[in-house]
Amino acid sequence: MGIVHGDEMVLNIGPQHPSTHGVLRLKVHTDGEIVSKITPYIGYLHRCFEKHCENLTYEQVIPFTDRCDYISSMNNNFGYVVTVEELMDIHVSEKVEHIRVIMAELNRIASHLLALGTFGMDVGAFTPFLYMFRDRENILDLFEMTCGARLLYNYMWIGGLSHDLPVGFVEKTYEFLDYFEPKIKENDDLLMYNKIFIERTADVGVLPPEVAISYGVTGPNLRGSGVQWDLRKDEQYSIYDRFDFEIPVGTGQMGTVGDCWDRYWVRTQEMKESIGIVRQALKQLPTEGDVQELVPKKIRPPKGSIYKRTESPRGDLGFYIISDGKPTPVRVKLRSPAFTALSALSAIAEGWMISDVIAILGSLDIVLGEIDR
Amino acid sequence: MIHEQVLKCLREKFPGSIVETEEMPADFIPIYQKNWAEIAAFLRDDPDLRFDSLQCITGVDLGEEGMDVRYNFHSMTHLHKIEIRISVDSENPKIPSIEQIWRVGDWFEREVYDMYGIIFDGHRDLRRILLPDDWEGWPLRKDYETQETFHGIVVPKVKEEWE
Repeated sequence: MGIVHGDEMVLNIGPQHPSTHGVLRLKVHTDGEIVSKITPYIGYLHRCFEKHCENLTYEQVIPFTDRCDYISSMNNNFGYVVTVEELMDIHVSEKVEHIRVIMAELNRIASHLLALGTFGMDVGAFTPFLYMFRDRENILDLFEMTCGARLLYNYMWIGGLSHDLPVGFVEKTYEFLDYFEPKIKENDDLLMYNKIFIERTADVGVLPPEVAISYGVTGPNLRGSGVQWDLRKDEQYSIYDRFDFEIPVGTGQMGTVGDCWDRYWVRTQEMKESIGIVRQALKQLPTEGDVQELVPKKIRPPKGSIYKRTESPRGDLGFYIISDGKPTPVRVKLRSPAFTALSALSAIAEGWMISDVIAILGSLDIVLGEIDR
Repeated sequence: MIHEQVLKCLREKFPGSIVETEEMPADFIPIYQKNWAEIAAFLRDDPDLRFDSLQCITGVDLGEEGMDVRYNFHSMTHLHKIEIRISVDSENPKIPSIEQIWRVGDWFEREVYDMYGIIFDGHRDLRRILLPDDWEGWPLRKDYETQETFHGIVVPKVKEEWE
């Protein structure tokens, strides 16, 4: 970008601002329109998750994980229960594993739809947002049908699930997938290949892979930078090894590898892969079995500690849990993927214009609930 | 396997850096904080180890046993991982910063500082991250006591009052 020598101005974006995706304040130093320094201020949504966990039993922590990344609660539940189960050496039944994968992947689609829609809105495209929310609604209906909740599910329990699948769920899900698959292309034509959108996002906010790794950026943001890294394949958990799916990585189709457009593109491709996984899981889904069969009466993991990561829609979601053999954990630490992605913002957005910073922030897909915990 | 390899490398390059006990733990490596910044740089740069990704920094207050800072590393090149633990003194918690080695350490260390009051020596911008700047005390320490008032607002301590 060109260098303009004017007076420096300090601009506050947020805490209440539609493009900050929550309650986030960015202190932006500008030189004309060009941003020279960004300092994010977080913590407005801090709800003492880790402090609360000191006084909760292991099963009581699950609803709290819902509220961390409230856009993809299923994935947060999944990450937490998988970690505790590994600590306790519980192996859940085939049926439970399949249902968990179905829910996690459906939630991934819902989360990406929200991410893409709001990203479009950040760069001035309002209509695709409504289309994507319409489709996301169908997924929420499926979740509501299953566990009664539309946003915060508390669905996955340690050793099982809160409810079995309701009658008609499989058919409804197939119906949704058949409906939704062509819609991805429709949305892509509407937004992703739109000339204005490409102009706003291609070559903007390039995140080089080595910077991304140093900043701990993971998930679609890292894959957008061309790094093939997905915990579902690379650090296999649950039953993801049984499904056939690809890991899309950014190739710089419209500009440079790792630009905002690539991050958008990776999410659209991931939705297609998730649809494939859900279809395969539905096909193999065992019908018999009690989903609460292995839920322990008393949850007291043996003494020890564990760090485990799972692939949430935003990246590596890690839980560090320390147990001393009592019903309450000594320490639960949540390693949030959005936290690290936001920490990289100043590295990639400095030198761009204010409107580009908004686009870059949108492309990182942050959820403040998870950053602040 | 990687665990033994790291142990061997550290014993060779940095003698006396590992907390040697009779039965060495199998899933983590306890080290002294003395040369931590150099050891960290070695872990990242050594071609056989190449821990290029700092996954997580967890602070832990173990009560009478002092405090721990636990680092989880991962190598995107070799796909292996390791956990390093460093004990810090509760009275004078200080530890070398690795913020300039892995940039993600910046915010992780600020978070540990925010919650435990552990000073990361050499961190260029060590201030609270999640809590307000004028917060008193270190909330995740075991001896933390909720403050009486915050900006003139009385903090209710009896659960029934706010439930």
